[in-house]
Amino acid sequence: MNNGAATRRGTFKRLLAYVGRYRYTFAAALLLAVVTVATNLAVPVYIGRAVDAISGEGKVDFPLISTMLLYIAVLLGVGAVSQFLMGVLNNRMTCSVVRDIRDDAFRTIQKLPMGVLDAQSPGDMTSRVIIDVEQLADGLLLGFTQLFTGFVTIVGTLVLLFRVDVVIALVVLLVTPLSLFISSFIARHVSRFFREQSLTRGEQTAITDEMISSMQEIHGFLMEDAVEEQFEEINARWRKSSMLATFYSSLTNPSTRFVNSLVYASVALAGGILAIKRLLTVGDLTCVLSYANQYTKPFNEISGVVTELQNAFVCASRVFSLIDERQESPDPQAALADVRGAVSIDDVSFSYVPDRRLIEHFTFSAPAGSSVAIVGPTGCGKTTLINLLMRFYDVDSGTISVDGTDISSVSRRSLRSSYGMVLQDTWLKQGTVYDNIVMGRPGVSREDVARAAKLAHADEFIARLENGYDTVLSDESAALSQGERQLLCIARIMLSLPPMLILDEATSSIDTRTELLIQESFGRLMEGRTSFVVAHRLSTIKNADMIIVMRDGKVVETGNHEQLLASNGFYSVLYNSQFAH
Amino acid sequence: MKLKSYLKPYTGQCIVAPLLKLMEAFLELLVPLVIASLIDAGIGRDDSGHVVRMSLFLAGFALLGLGVSITAQYFSAKVATGFAHDAKNDLFKHIQRLSAADLDRIGTSTLLTRMTSDMNQVQAGVNMTLRLLLRSPFVVFGAAVMAILVDPSSAAIFLGTIALLSLLVGVIMSFSLPQYRNVQRRLDTVLSRVRENLYGVRVLRAFCQEDAETRSFAAENEALRKQQMLSAALSALTNPLTTVVVNVGIMFLIYSGGLKVDSGAMSQGTVVALVNYMSQILIELIKLANLLVTISKALACAKRVNGVFAMTPSRSEGTVDTIPAEAPSIIDFKDVTFSYGKGAAPALSKISFSVRTGRMLGIIGGTGSGKSTIAALMLRQYDATSGEVDFFGRDIRDYTDRAIHSSLVAVFQKAKLFKGTIRSNLKWGDRSADDRALYQALAIAQASEIVGGRNGGLDATVEIGGRNFSGGQRQRLCIARALVAHPKLLILDDSTSALDYATDAALRGALNQLDCALVIISQRTLSVRDADQILVLDNGRQVGLGTHEELLESCGVYQEIYDSQYSDRREAAK
Repeated sequence: MNNGAATRRGTFKRLLAYVGRYRYTFAAALLLAVVTVATNLAVPVYIGRAVDAISGEGKVDFPLISTMLLYIAVLLGVGAVSQFLMGVLNNRMTCSVVRDIRDDAFRTIQKLPMGVLDAQSPGDMTSRVIIDVEQLADGLLLGFTQLFTGFVTIVGTLVLLFRVDVVIALVVLLVTPLSLFISSFIARHVSRFFREQSLTRGEQTAITDEMISSMQEIHGFLMEDAVEEQFEEINARWRKSSMLATFYSSLTNPSTRFVNSLVYASVALAGGILAIKRLLTVGDLTCVLSYANQYTKPFNEISGVVTELQNAFVCASRVFSLIDERQESPDPQAALADVRGAVSIDDVSFSYVPDRRLIEHFTFSAPAGSSVAIVGPTGCGKTTLINLLMRFYDVDSGTISVDGTDISSVSRRSLRSSYGMVLQDTWLKQGTVYDNIVMGRPGVSREDVARAAKLAHADEFIARLENGYDTVLSDESAALSQGERQLLCIARIMLSLPPMLILDEATSSIDTRTELLIQESFGRLMEGRTSFVVAHRLSTIKNADMIIVMRDGKVVETGNHEQLLASNGFYSVLYNSQFAH
Repeated sequence: MKLKSYLKPYTGQCIVAPLLKLMEAFLELLVPLVIASLIDAGIGRDDSGHVVRMSLFLAGFALLGLGVSITAQYFSAKVATGFAHDAKNDLFKHIQRLSAADLDRIGTSTLLTRMTSDMNQVQAGVNMTLRLLLRSPFVVFGAAVMAILVDPSSAAIFLGTIALLSLLVGVIMSFSLPQYRNVQRRLDTVLSRVRENLYGVRVLRAFCQEDAETRSFAAENEALRKQQMLSAALSALTNPLTTVVVNVGIMFLIYSGGLKVDSGAMSQGTVVALVNYMSQILIELIKLANLLVTISKALACAKRVNGVFAMTPSRSEGTVDTIPAEAPSIIDFKDVTFSYGKGAAPALSKISFSVRTGRMLGIIGGTGSGKSTIAALMLRQYDATSGEVDFFGRDIRDYTDRAIHSSLVAVFQKAKLFKGTIRSNLKWGDRSADDRALYQALAIAQASEIVGGRNGGLDATVEIGGRNFSGGQRQRLCIARALVAHPKLLILDDSTSALDYATDAALRGALNQLDCALVIISQRTLSVRDADQILVLDNGRQVGLGTHEELLESCGVYQEIYDSQYSDRREAAK
């Protein structure tokens, strides 16, 4: 519980910091709240005076009534305008805070180490940035609108009450802490259910996301029922927590209202007695009762808001914990310049998890312009090597350097933009064919894109697409075959022409005739560029200047084709089993 | 309006909850009467006993109100969550029934928003409606009726006020509803940005797109904010306007009350009661105004959720649930032509071939030649545009999905594993399979060593999407999973692309021992050369059908493919 209170305070502080960016809007809204509440409080005063002026038959003071009505009209006008403006400002603040939090969350995601991202479900993360923040927005808006006016109303009413009658004011003052106590009690206990509700909602998003992206498998294996069962189990847990959260938080309102009705009854009692003793006019009593009503209203609302805010805090803490995730080590300012492409790996050790050692004390160097083939049975860890070269992961010890510069001493951007990467697992972004080839490089002409597509032999199928280079694609779209996707990815690097290349089974889905044609382009591309190629194709391997042989995540041999064959190690076993029969 | 039907099971609670709230409101309406009596009969006649009695009444009302309202809150919470729970279950089921083409059309992101954000809003709407919808109009009209009973001549003021307010609310709502829909649409986009970014993170980072992505996200995010502020500004009008209208009503009451009291037609207490009723209307209307925002949002969101329910799967299942025991062939394509969209160029044209029981068909062809489309048609993910696909001798459209998928299993190149264990993944093939059957399948799929190399063996964890396994490992595990299902026909759609030649060859050797029919789709002649028949595709056209030897003789495209690959082997033989 203590811990929960601590995180609640932490979350609150964080939120305050975000709101602090809009302190002027905040101040203006607060000022408008004061004006709004002041008019709201003043109107009953004048109504009371007007009613007092109607004391009985033939004794009605019409000039006074007119004056009062005029005051009321003016107050109403001012109040309405300030209330509207306050609403607009509150909304503006909420929307802005929420936008900032989402921006920060997104920016954080860009800087999260791959290791963290690989361990999270994209669905749950999406849920945090979208759904949890949305819930936070609802809570914030409610908080701004109701807390401001509520607080000001309470203070204002108390002041006025004391001016009208001290005894009644004291009665009210004594009973009210009770309603605050009730609402904070409920708020403390409901927070657990809100948390559970938010967690299960994240699970729901994750499983729906997974279901949609694996539809083929689910249909193919008739797993609809099983997946549904899984969803239903999550949904049942969600239902329970949501039910409890909704119900318990909705208790606040009736409970505080009950307390307030008691206050109202007490005021009526005390006021009635005082009026009989002629210590209070009927007009005063009406006024006091209407205050008691007005005074309790903000308590009702505030107490309701306090529980609603619990939900907002819980949701906020989920986003904040995402924003607080350990980020990548800070990026150095220095940049790789004029990369020639000499890559050397010096005594590098790396493992994803401490207890499963992978690469140990690996030393290797590829001179600028050389071609390196990475070979080994499937699952031998070729991707790990790429992860390290691209600095998707940092080495545990040792250094990798390009042209003699330790890659951890230069910005990731300058390192990665020196590599062109084509992976076996293609990914397309939402956008046109053109966008997908350009990948954010500014100022690329249509002609350049077309030339790159031609080199990748992607121009033919692009021409067949409905809108050619302007056809809109997305990663999920079924319009392109795997091979065509790969051709697009190849066109990307044909355009960017980086000094170093990483090709991970870049042509695995492309038919061999096209592949032969692309090989030509690749061959020209690789000339003078350092390249790391994961391939099964013997010609690629044999022609490579260097070969890294991997097995079970470890590097077992390095050398060129002849050297490796001569050494009669794992490579020669592989070679003989794969090609020489 | 499909969503509405989910309230049906809760009809009882749906009626009781508002009725209870109504009772609470009724108690509140009595308050001004009690106060009027306290003033007129108590203070007016210096009867302190009456003042005490009336005050006790007020306290009693408060207690009763508490009980009633807690019960009502319980019911409405129960209905709202129960409703959302049931609707979400069905929504999930419904989405699962949609075909790939349907999903393509609507998009994943919007489905996710509708399942979560929109459903949240609808749930909140139901909850608030149950609590306030009966109560608020009742309090408003009740207060008006009571006031009119107290003083019939004030009817015009009360009714006029209410009419004006209804008009106001109606106008504001009709403007804000479409705005809320736009907000949700913007939210779809923002969600899709986040999701896309997470899925494409490797490529995006490799191309140093982090800053560009952040900028484009910020732009979408800002557009969302603008839209939100616009719709909120509209709703922000409701509250002040309501306050003004009601207070103007009060001003009228005071003035006309003054006239009547002066002429002796009315008492001061009555004026107080009338003003109180009007104030009560104001308080209630302000609550209602907040509710209206919730309702507008809920309605806008409900419409979007209903939009998903309204999507009928673009192809409907047949009714035949069993496959014939005896049939000469499993699949027959008869002059099949298919295109992905109306007016789009055909992906396949005039394709005819058969897959016979226990035999093997190879399909080979260039990138984008239509190989995978054939698999999709066999699985009935799409229906042929013209021609007929037969399954066990009758039109595949006659069968239920269950009948098709229980005898036909496909493994795709982008093989997907699911969060769980190796065992839980393999058991997708057959939930009752024992370890022996699993190990057997693993052996055929050349995947035994994957299991052997992991801590926990069959119970080794599989992360989301199987990302703790390499591409080749995933492919083999997926093949094993398919084998566990003991299909009559196994389709391998380029599903050995990440395997090295040796493993691939061993796998094919093992598969040949099985008695199920095989369709192997591949780029490599090596993978299909042992097939009983090989279908050669070129740009969606069938350019060859025959054995390896026959095609080498007669099919130019096949020869070219073979030559392009044979160069490698010649080199190896050197």
